[in-house]
Amino acid sequence: MIEASALTARFGATTAVDQVSFTVADGEAFGVVGESGSGKSTLLRVLAGLHEDWSGRLVVAGAARVAGRGGAMSGAVQMVFQDPYGSLHPRHSVDRALGEPLAIHRIGDAAARIAAALAAVGLERAQRFRYPHQLSGGQRQRVAIARALILEPKLVLLDEPTSALDVTVQAEILSLLRRLRRERGLTYVLVSHNLAIVAELCDRVAVMREGRFVEELSAAALAAGEARHPYTQELLRASRGYRRQR
Amino acid sequence: MSAALLEIAELRLGFGGDRPFEALSGVGFTMGRERLGIVGESGSGKSLTGRSILRLPPPGAVMSARRLSFDGIDLLTAGEDALRALRGRRIGLVLQDPRFSLNPVMAVGRQIAEAYRAHGRAGAREAREKALAMLEAVRIREPGRVFDLYPHQISGGMGQRVMIAMMLAPGPDLLIADEPTSALDVTVAIDVLSILDEEVSRRGMGLVFISHDLDLVAGFCDRVLVMERGRIVESCEAAALESAEHPYTRRLLASRPRRRAS
Repeated sequence: MIEASALTARFGATTAVDQVSFTVADGEAFGVVGESGSGKSTLLRVLAGLHEDWSGRLVVAGAARVAGRGGAMSGAVQMVFQDPYGSLHPRHSVDRALGEPLAIHRIGDAAARIAAALAAVGLERAQRFRYPHQLSGGQRQRVAIARALILEPKLVLLDEPTSALDVTVQAEILSLLRRLRRERGLTYVLVSHNLAIVAELCDRVAVMREGRFVEELSAAALAAGEARHPYTQELLRASRGYRRQR
Repeated sequence: MSAALLEIAELRLGFGGDRPFEALSGVGFTMGRERLGIVGESGSGKSLTGRSILRLPPPGAVMSARRLSFDGIDLLTAGEDALRALRGRRIGLVLQDPRFSLNPVMAVGRQIAEAYRAHGRAGAREAREKALAMLEAVRIREPGRVFDLYPHQISGGMGQRVMIAMMLAPGPDLLIADEPTSALDVTVAIDVLSILDEEVSRRGMGLVFISHDLDLVAGFCDRVLVMERGRIVESCEAAALESAEHPYTRRLLASRPRRRAS
């Protein structure tokens, strides 16, 4: 689904992503974990075609990307952002938010597709004509996921999809994402600062720091504590929580 | 647990207007110089409980309680002067994001020195020396250089250390920390927590630690209160949190992402 080699992305003089190479197989869930400034979000934006200043070789969903260009995402690649409040238009109803990608891609049968997408993410029919402020944070994120799915993508890019949510709602959204992937054979690239979430949703995890992948390992190896790089070990220790000194 | 430092009974906080809403529905607890964690999701009332201790309800809120006292002082009847003498000096508050809590146009060292001066404990020169020592206590390397930096010139982790330094400067008896590390990277959070841990122990002060993170609270505190929709639904020793019985606490525990081998 993704082949990237020597991918580099810059912001002016700053190199946010530095010679990163990786592949993601069809149907795989690949996680990138890192702290702020690690370059993980920029990497995702390059994959989404939202960041132009990049170089290297990149093939996404069978299409080779042209270095130095962004470009509209095809229906095959969709993205879900951290904050559904920021990514949904406040004055557009759920119906309109979901109808817009269909109109842009000239796909007919909108009413039926919208109803099906809402059902797939566990929203009630009645919520179709609500506005974002009338929905809870979890419901808004469900709308954002429904909007990404309505074009029947192969690859879904997830940028901290649960970081703005309460822990019980987060658990529901993670379970929804797992189910959708299973049912539809989706490929995920998930970016998060939270090691536990990446390990829970993904098959394989890359640990990113200062623009580079310091380590790539399976979620199973991560869970078994087989991380080799000192930074991965530090992240693991830190994410286990705090122990008092006494 | 020593004599009660803080006593709260039937604390209520409501908002009027078109859609009246009760945000705190009879919260009560007593604490000594211990570490009390308050955990809950958004809207549970955990932050409002923290603010109520300082008698700082949000605008438009109406607060009442059967008892609200700090070290024998009745906070319900205390006048503004009495409250001002408590806030900062005897009860400190650390909030989530230092970018919003620090004064953006004053060098951070001066802000700490100000804390010493405002609470009447030091002259200008002494305050500066104490502020430098405090920066060192929160493990800031090169305190002399950092003293003159402005909040936008320092990282989030450093900002939160400065915030803690400023709040500890007057030597409060009680510190309220509301999600003090939630805006920080996890490796930075661990450092800030260990500083807080050390200082709270060394000074023998009381700590109210407010967080959404069950594991963090369980690891940091002696006792934990779980809040849901304006009420305390569970109160237990931190070490016993895993075997908590209230359905909501069980749900919170079950919602934590596990590191499953898939």
